[in-house]
Amino acid sequence: MIGALAVLLAFQLIGEVLVQLTGIPAPGPVIGMVLLFLGLLWREELPDALRTTAQTLLSHLSLLFIPAGVGVIQYGELLREEWLALAVALVVSTLITVAVTALVMRAFVRHRDGNRQDG
Amino acid sequence: MDRILGGIWVYLASSPLLWLTVTLGVYLAGQWLFQRSGGRALFNPVALAITLLVLLLLLTGTSYSTYFSGAQFIHFLLGPATVALAIPLYIHWERVRRLLLPIVVGLVSGSLTAILSAIGIAWLLGGSPHTLLSLAPKSVTTPVAMGIAEKIGGLPSLTAVMVILTGVVGAVAAPALLEWLRIRDDAVKGFAIGVAAHGIGTARAFQISTLAGAFSGLAIGLNALLTTLLVPLIVRLLHLTT
Repeated sequence: MIGALAVLLAFQLIGEVLVQLTGIPAPGPVIGMVLLFLGLLWREELPDALRTTAQTLLSHLSLLFIPAGVGVIQYGELLREEWLALAVALVVSTLITVAVTALVMRAFVRHRDGNRQDG
Repeated sequence: MDRILGGIWVYLASSPLLWLTVTLGVYLAGQWLFQRSGGRALFNPVALAITLLVLLLLLTGTSYSTYFSGAQFIHFLLGPATVALAIPLYIHWERVRRLLLPIVVGLVSGSLTAILSAIGIAWLLGGSPHTLLSLAPKSVTTPVAMGIAEKIGGLPSLTAVMVILTGVVGAVAAPALLEWLRIRDDAVKGFAIGVAAHGIGTARAFQISTLAGAFSGLAIGLNALLTTLLVPLIVRLLHLTT
Protein backbone atom coordinates (compact mmCIF):
# COMPACT_ATOMS: atom_id res chain seq x y z
CA MET A 1 0.00 0.00 0.00
CA ILE A 2 2.67 2.50 1.04
CA GLY A 3 5.01 1.19 -1.64
CA ALA A 4 2.31 1.60 -4.27
CA LEU A 5 1.52 5.12 -3.02
CA ALA A 6 5.22 5.95 -3.28
CA VAL A 7 5.22 4.71 -6.89
CA LEU A 8 2.22 6.93 -7.76
CA LEU A 9 3.78 9.98 -6.07
CA ALA A 10 7.16 9.31 -7.70
CA PHE A 11 5.59 9.23 -11.16
CA GLN A 12 3.67 12.42 -10.40
CA LEU A 13 6.94 14.01 -9.28
CA ILE A 14 8.74 12.92 -12.46
CA GLY A 15 5.82 14.31 -14.47
CA GLU A 16 5.94 17.67 -12.69
CA VAL A 17 9.72 17.94 -13.12
CA LEU A 18 9.50 17.07 -16.83
CA VAL A 19 6.82 19.74 -17.35
CA GLN A 20 9.03 22.33 -15.62
CA LEU A 21 12.11 21.30 -17.61
CA THR A 22 10.58 20.99 -21.08
CA GLY A 23 7.56 23.30 -20.96
CA ILE A 24 5.26 20.53 -22.29
CA PRO A 25 1.83 22.20 -22.23
CA ALA A 26 0.31 19.42 -20.09
CA PRO A 27 -0.14 18.96 -16.36
CA GLY A 28 2.42 16.95 -14.40
CA PRO A 29 0.05 14.21 -13.15
CA VAL A 30 -1.10 13.49 -16.73
CA ILE A 31 2.53 13.08 -17.86
CA GLY A 32 3.05 10.87 -14.78
CA MET A 33 0.07 8.75 -15.85
CA VAL A 34 1.48 8.31 -19.38
CA LEU A 35 4.92 7.35 -18.01
CA LEU A 36 3.50 4.85 -15.50
CA PHE A 37 1.41 3.33 -18.29
CA LEU A 38 4.48 2.97 -20.53
CA GLY A 39 6.38 1.47 -17.60
CA LEU A 40 3.67 -1.15 -17.09
CA LEU A 41 3.64 -2.02 -20.80
CA TRP A 42 7.39 -2.42 -20.67
CA ARG A 43 7.28 -4.61 -17.53
CA GLU A 44 4.32 -6.57 -18.91
CA GLU A 45 3.14 -7.14 -15.36
CA LEU A 46 0.99 -5.30 -12.82
CA PRO A 47 2.06 -5.68 -9.16
CA ASP A 48 -0.89 -6.64 -6.93
CA ALA A 49 -0.22 -3.85 -4.43
CA LEU A 50 -0.35 -1.24 -7.20
CA ARG A 51 -3.60 -2.71 -8.53
CA THR A 52 -5.37 -2.64 -5.14
CA THR A 53 -4.10 0.82 -4.19
CA ALA A 54 -5.16 2.27 -7.54
CA GLN A 55 -8.57 0.62 -7.29
CA THR A 56 -9.10 1.96 -3.75
CA LEU A 57 -8.09 5.47 -4.77
CA LEU A 58 -10.20 5.42 -7.96
CA SER A 59 -13.29 3.99 -6.27
CA HIS A 60 -13.34 7.14 -4.10
CA LEU A 61 -12.42 9.53 -6.89
CA SER A 62 -15.48 11.67 -6.25
CA LEU A 63 -14.37 12.40 -2.66
CA LEU A 64 -11.27 14.14 -3.99
CA PHE A 65 -13.34 16.80 -5.79
CA ILE A 66 -15.26 17.93 -2.75
CA PRO A 67 -12.73 20.43 -1.30
CA ALA A 68 -12.49 22.34 -4.61
CA GLY A 69 -16.26 22.13 -5.09
CA VAL A 70 -16.96 23.79 -1.75
CA GLY A 71 -15.15 26.79 -3.26
CA VAL A 72 -18.53 27.64 -4.81
CA ILE A 73 -19.12 29.48 -1.51
CA GLN A 74 -16.80 32.27 -2.69
CA TYR A 75 -18.88 33.06 -5.75
CA GLY A 76 -22.31 33.76 -4.30
CA GLU A 77 -22.57 37.16 -6.00
CA LEU A 78 -21.41 36.02 -9.43
CA LEU A 79 -23.77 33.03 -9.26
CA ARG A 80 -26.71 35.27 -8.37
CA GLU A 81 -26.00 37.58 -11.31
CA GLU A 82 -25.17 35.01 -13.96
CA TRP A 83 -26.90 31.85 -12.77
CA LEU A 84 -28.96 31.47 -15.93
CA ALA A 85 -26.02 31.66 -18.34
CA LEU A 86 -23.97 29.36 -16.11
CA ALA A 87 -26.66 26.77 -15.50
CA VAL A 88 -27.77 26.53 -19.14
CA ALA A 89 -24.17 26.48 -20.45
CA LEU A 90 -23.11 23.78 -17.98
CA VAL A 91 -26.08 21.49 -18.47
CA VAL A 92 -26.59 21.85 -22.23
CA SER A 93 -22.89 21.84 -23.12
CA THR A 94 -22.23 18.75 -20.98
CA LEU A 95 -25.14 16.82 -22.49
CA ILE A 96 -24.23 17.79 -26.08
CA THR A 97 -20.64 16.72 -25.41
CA VAL A 98 -21.71 13.30 -24.11
CA ALA A 99 -24.01 12.80 -27.11
CA VAL A 100 -21.55 13.99 -29.79
CA THR A 101 -18.67 11.92 -28.38
CA ALA A 102 -20.78 8.76 -28.05
CA LEU A 103 -22.45 9.04 -31.47
CA VAL A 104 -19.23 9.84 -33.35
CA MET A 105 -17.39 7.05 -31.59
CA ARG A 106 -20.15 4.53 -32.22
CA ALA A 107 -20.30 5.50 -35.90
CA PHE A 108 -16.57 4.78 -36.26
CA VAL A 109 -16.78 1.50 -34.32
CA ARG A 110 -19.56 0.35 -36.66
CA HIS A 111 -17.72 1.57 -39.74
CA ARG A 112 -14.64 -0.43 -38.72
CA ASP A 113 -16.67 -3.52 -37.82
CA GLY A 114 -18.51 -3.21 -41.14
CA ASN A 115 -15.22 -3.09 -43.08
CA ARG A 116 -13.95 -6.10 -41.21
CA GLN A 117 -17.04 -8.09 -42.11
CA ASP A 118 -16.80 -7.06 -45.76
CA GLY A 119 -13.13 -8.03 -45.90
CA MET B 1 -19.88 25.14 30.11
CA ASP B 2 -20.21 27.70 27.33
CA ARG B 3 -16.68 28.85 27.99
CA ILE B 4 -15.35 25.33 27.73
CA LEU B 5 -17.24 24.72 24.49
CA GLY B 6 -16.09 28.08 23.18
CA GLY B 7 -12.51 27.19 24.01
CA ILE B 8 -12.75 23.84 22.26
CA TRP B 9 -14.25 25.54 19.20
CA VAL B 10 -11.49 28.14 19.06
CA TYR B 11 -8.92 25.35 19.21
CA LEU B 12 -10.62 23.15 16.63
CA ALA B 13 -11.46 25.98 14.24
CA SER B 14 -7.77 26.78 13.81
CA SER B 15 -6.58 23.19 13.30
CA PRO B 16 -6.82 21.34 9.98
CA LEU B 17 -8.19 18.25 11.76
CA LEU B 18 -11.76 19.48 12.09
CA TRP B 19 -12.60 20.21 8.44
CA LEU B 20 -10.63 17.22 7.17
CA THR B 21 -12.70 14.92 9.38
CA VAL B 22 -15.97 16.70 8.58
CA THR B 23 -15.30 16.40 4.83
CA LEU B 24 -14.76 12.64 5.15
CA GLY B 25 -17.84 12.29 7.35
CA VAL B 26 -20.05 14.26 4.98
CA TYR B 27 -18.77 12.23 2.02
CA LEU B 28 -19.62 8.97 3.81
CA ALA B 29 -23.05 10.36 4.70
CA GLY B 30 -23.57 11.34 1.04
CA GLN B 31 -22.64 7.82 -0.09
CA TRP B 32 -24.96 6.30 2.50
CA LEU B 33 -27.84 8.49 1.29
CA PHE B 34 -27.02 7.64 -2.33
CA GLN B 35 -27.15 3.91 -1.56
CA ARG B 36 -30.27 4.25 0.58
CA SER B 37 -32.00 6.02 -2.32
CA GLY B 38 -31.30 2.94 -4.45
CA GLY B 39 -28.50 4.67 -6.41
CA ARG B 40 -30.82 7.39 -7.66
CA ALA B 41 -28.85 9.75 -9.89
CA LEU B 42 -30.30 12.87 -8.25
CA PHE B 43 -28.71 11.90 -4.93
CA ASN B 44 -25.23 12.39 -6.36
CA PRO B 45 -22.82 11.99 -3.41
CA VAL B 46 -20.56 14.87 -4.51
CA ALA B 47 -23.46 17.29 -4.90
CA LEU B 48 -24.90 16.25 -1.53
CA ALA B 49 -21.56 16.59 0.24
CA ILE B 50 -20.81 20.02 -1.27
CA THR B 51 -24.27 21.34 -0.38
CA LEU B 52 -23.98 20.11 3.22
CA LEU B 53 -20.48 21.53 3.64
CA VAL B 54 -21.47 24.93 2.23
CA LEU B 55 -24.38 25.06 4.69
CA LEU B 56 -22.07 24.07 7.57
CA LEU B 57 -19.52 26.74 6.66
CA LEU B 58 -22.24 29.40 6.40
CA LEU B 59 -23.81 28.37 9.73
CA THR B 60 -20.49 28.41 11.59
CA GLY B 61 -19.20 31.52 9.82
CA THR B 62 -16.10 29.67 8.64
CA SER B 63 -14.15 31.08 5.70
CA TYR B 64 -13.25 28.96 2.69
CA SER B 65 -9.52 29.38 3.32
CA THR B 66 -9.91 28.01 6.86
CA TYR B 67 -11.91 25.10 5.48
CA PHE B 68 -9.38 24.45 2.74
CA SER B 69 -6.42 24.39 5.13
CA GLY B 70 -7.93 21.14 6.41
CA ALA B 71 -9.47 19.78 3.23
CA GLN B 72 -6.34 20.35 1.15
CA PHE B 73 -5.04 16.94 2.23
CA ILE B 74 -7.89 15.34 0.31
CA HIS B 75 -7.51 17.78 -2.60
CA PHE B 76 -3.83 16.81 -2.84
CA LEU B 77 -4.73 13.19 -3.65
CA LEU B 78 -6.13 14.31 -7.04
CA GLY B 79 -2.54 14.18 -8.35
CA PRO B 80 -1.70 10.55 -7.43
CA ALA B 81 -5.27 9.53 -8.40
CA THR B 82 -4.69 10.95 -11.90
CA VAL B 83 -1.45 8.94 -12.13
CA ALA B 84 -3.36 5.85 -10.93
CA LEU B 85 -5.58 6.04 -14.05
CA ALA B 86 -2.67 4.31 -15.81
CA ILE B 87 -3.67 1.05 -14.09
CA PRO B 88 -7.20 0.51 -15.52
CA LEU B 89 -5.81 1.73 -18.83
CA TYR B 90 -3.12 -0.96 -18.71
CA ILE B 91 -5.64 -3.65 -17.72
CA HIS B 92 -7.88 -2.81 -20.71
CA TRP B 93 -5.12 -1.91 -23.15
CA GLU B 94 -5.97 -4.64 -25.69
CA ARG B 95 -9.48 -3.26 -26.05
CA VAL B 96 -8.22 0.33 -26.28
CA ARG B 97 -5.75 -0.56 -29.02
CA ARG B 98 -8.44 -2.14 -31.15
CA LEU B 99 -10.59 1.02 -30.82
CA LEU B 100 -7.84 3.53 -31.53
CA LEU B 101 -9.47 5.32 -34.50
CA PRO B 102 -12.94 5.67 -32.87
CA ILE B 103 -11.20 6.95 -29.73
CA VAL B 104 -9.19 9.62 -31.54
CA VAL B 105 -12.13 10.86 -33.63
CA GLY B 106 -14.51 10.76 -30.65
CA LEU B 107 -12.01 12.66 -28.51
CA VAL B 108 -11.42 15.47 -31.00
CA SER B 109 -15.12 16.02 -31.72
CA GLY B 110 -16.06 15.76 -28.03
CA SER B 111 -13.34 18.10 -26.84
CA LEU B 112 -14.19 20.77 -29.44
CA THR B 113 -17.90 20.45 -28.65
CA ALA B 114 -17.30 20.87 -24.92
CA ILE B 115 -15.23 24.03 -25.28
CA LEU B 116 -17.17 25.76 -28.07
CA SER B 117 -20.67 24.97 -26.80
CA ALA B 118 -19.86 26.17 -23.26
CA ILE B 119 -18.40 29.46 -24.49
CA GLY B 120 -21.15 29.92 -27.09
CA ILE B 121 -24.13 29.29 -24.82
CA ALA B 122 -22.81 31.44 -21.98
CA TRP B 123 -22.04 34.25 -24.46
CA LEU B 124 -25.56 34.10 -25.95
CA LEU B 125 -27.05 34.38 -22.46
CA GLY B 126 -24.95 37.39 -21.56
CA GLY B 127 -22.18 35.77 -19.50
CA SER B 128 -19.32 38.07 -18.52
CA PRO B 129 -15.82 37.53 -19.97
CA HIS B 130 -14.70 36.07 -16.62
CA THR B 131 -17.46 33.51 -16.85
CA LEU B 132 -16.69 32.59 -20.48
CA LEU B 133 -12.98 32.10 -19.80
CA SER B 134 -13.64 30.14 -16.62
CA LEU B 135 -16.14 27.89 -18.44
CA ALA B 136 -13.93 27.07 -21.43
CA PRO B 137 -11.91 24.25 -19.79
CA LYS B 138 -14.88 22.92 -17.77
CA SER B 139 -14.74 19.34 -19.09
CA VAL B 140 -11.22 18.48 -17.95
CA THR B 141 -10.09 17.36 -14.52
CA THR B 142 -9.79 20.06 -11.83
CA PRO B 143 -6.00 20.61 -11.52
CA VAL B 144 -5.62 20.76 -15.31
CA ALA B 145 -8.59 23.08 -15.80
CA MET B 146 -7.28 25.42 -13.12
CA GLY B 147 -3.91 25.56 -14.87
CA ILE B 148 -5.56 26.39 -18.21
CA ALA B 149 -7.80 29.07 -16.67
CA GLU B 150 -4.78 30.74 -15.12
CA LYS B 151 -3.00 30.82 -18.50
CA ILE B 152 -5.91 32.43 -20.38
CA GLY B 153 -6.90 34.98 -17.73
CA GLY B 154 -9.89 33.19 -16.18
CA LEU B 155 -10.37 32.71 -12.43
CA PRO B 156 -8.85 29.32 -11.45
CA SER B 157 -11.01 28.87 -8.35
CA LEU B 158 -14.18 29.71 -10.30
CA THR B 159 -13.07 27.23 -12.96
CA ALA B 160 -12.69 24.53 -10.29
CA VAL B 161 -16.31 25.12 -9.30
CA MET B 162 -17.49 24.97 -12.96
CA VAL B 163 -15.52 21.77 -13.48
CA ILE B 164 -17.13 20.11 -10.50
CA LEU B 165 -20.65 21.22 -11.40
CA THR B 166 -20.02 19.89 -14.93
CA GLY B 167 -18.93 16.58 -13.44
CA VAL B 168 -22.06 16.39 -11.30
CA VAL B 169 -24.32 17.18 -14.30
CA GLY B 170 -22.54 14.50 -16.35
CA ALA B 171 -22.70 11.91 -13.57
CA VAL B 172 -26.39 12.58 -12.97
CA ALA B 173 -27.64 12.84 -16.57
CA ALA B 174 -25.20 11.03 -18.87
CA PRO B 175 -26.22 7.41 -18.16
CA ALA B 176 -29.89 8.16 -18.94
CA LEU B 177 -28.93 10.15 -22.07
CA LEU B 178 -26.73 7.30 -23.32
CA GLU B 179 -29.54 4.86 -22.69
CA TRP B 180 -31.90 7.10 -24.68
CA LEU B 181 -29.39 7.26 -27.56
CA ARG B 182 -29.27 3.44 -27.45
CA ILE B 183 -25.53 3.32 -26.84
CA ARG B 184 -24.92 -0.29 -25.77
CA ASP B 185 -21.13 -0.51 -25.75
CA ASP B 186 -19.67 0.14 -22.27
CA ALA B 187 -16.41 1.32 -23.83
CA VAL B 188 -18.26 4.04 -25.79
CA LYS B 189 -20.40 4.97 -22.76
CA GLY B 190 -17.37 5.32 -20.50
CA PHE B 191 -15.35 7.29 -23.02
CA ALA B 192 -18.18 9.78 -23.69
CA ILE B 193 -18.75 10.29 -19.96
CA GLY B 194 -15.02 10.82 -19.38
CA VAL B 195 -14.62 13.37 -22.19
CA ALA B 196 -17.60 15.43 -20.96
CA ALA B 197 -17.45 14.96 -17.18
CA HIS B 198 -13.86 13.97 -16.17
CA GLY B 199 -13.29 12.33 -12.77
CA ILE B 200 -16.77 12.74 -11.27
CA GLY B 201 -18.21 11.19 -14.42
CA THR B 202 -15.56 8.47 -14.18
CA ALA B 203 -16.62 7.65 -10.63
CA ARG B 204 -20.11 7.11 -12.08
CA ALA B 205 -18.75 5.15 -15.07
CA PHE B 206 -17.00 2.70 -12.72
CA GLN B 207 -20.49 1.89 -11.38
CA ILE B 208 -21.58 0.87 -14.90
CA SER B 209 -18.59 -1.52 -15.27
CA THR B 210 -14.81 -1.49 -14.86
CA LEU B 211 -14.54 -1.38 -18.65
CA ALA B 212 -16.63 1.82 -18.75
CA GLY B 213 -14.48 3.19 -15.91
CA ALA B 214 -11.25 2.38 -17.73
CA PHE B 215 -12.39 4.12 -20.91
CA SER B 216 -13.62 7.06 -18.88
CA GLY B 217 -10.22 7.28 -17.18
CA LEU B 218 -8.50 7.12 -20.55
CA ALA B 219 -10.73 9.98 -21.74
CA ILE B 220 -9.73 12.15 -18.76
CA GLY B 221 -6.06 11.86 -19.63
CA LEU B 222 -6.48 12.36 -23.37
CA ASN B 223 -8.93 15.23 -23.02
CA ALA B 224 -6.63 16.94 -20.50
CA LEU B 225 -3.85 16.91 -23.09
CA LEU B 226 -6.05 18.03 -26.00
CA THR B 227 -7.96 20.75 -24.09
CA THR B 228 -4.66 22.18 -22.83
CA LEU B 229 -3.72 22.72 -26.47
CA LEU B 230 -7.14 23.77 -27.81
CA VAL B 231 -8.44 26.28 -25.25
CA PRO B 232 -5.66 28.91 -25.57
CA LEU B 233 -5.94 28.61 -29.36
CA ILE B 234 -9.73 29.04 -29.41
CA VAL B 235 -9.57 31.93 -26.95
CA ARG B 236 -7.12 33.71 -29.23
CA LEU B 237 -9.18 33.04 -32.36
CA LEU B 238 -12.34 34.37 -30.71
CA HIS B 239 -10.49 37.41 -29.25
CA LEU B 240 -11.76 36.63 -25.75
CA THR B 241 -10.18 38.73 -23.01
CA THR B 242 -11.23 39.93 -19.59
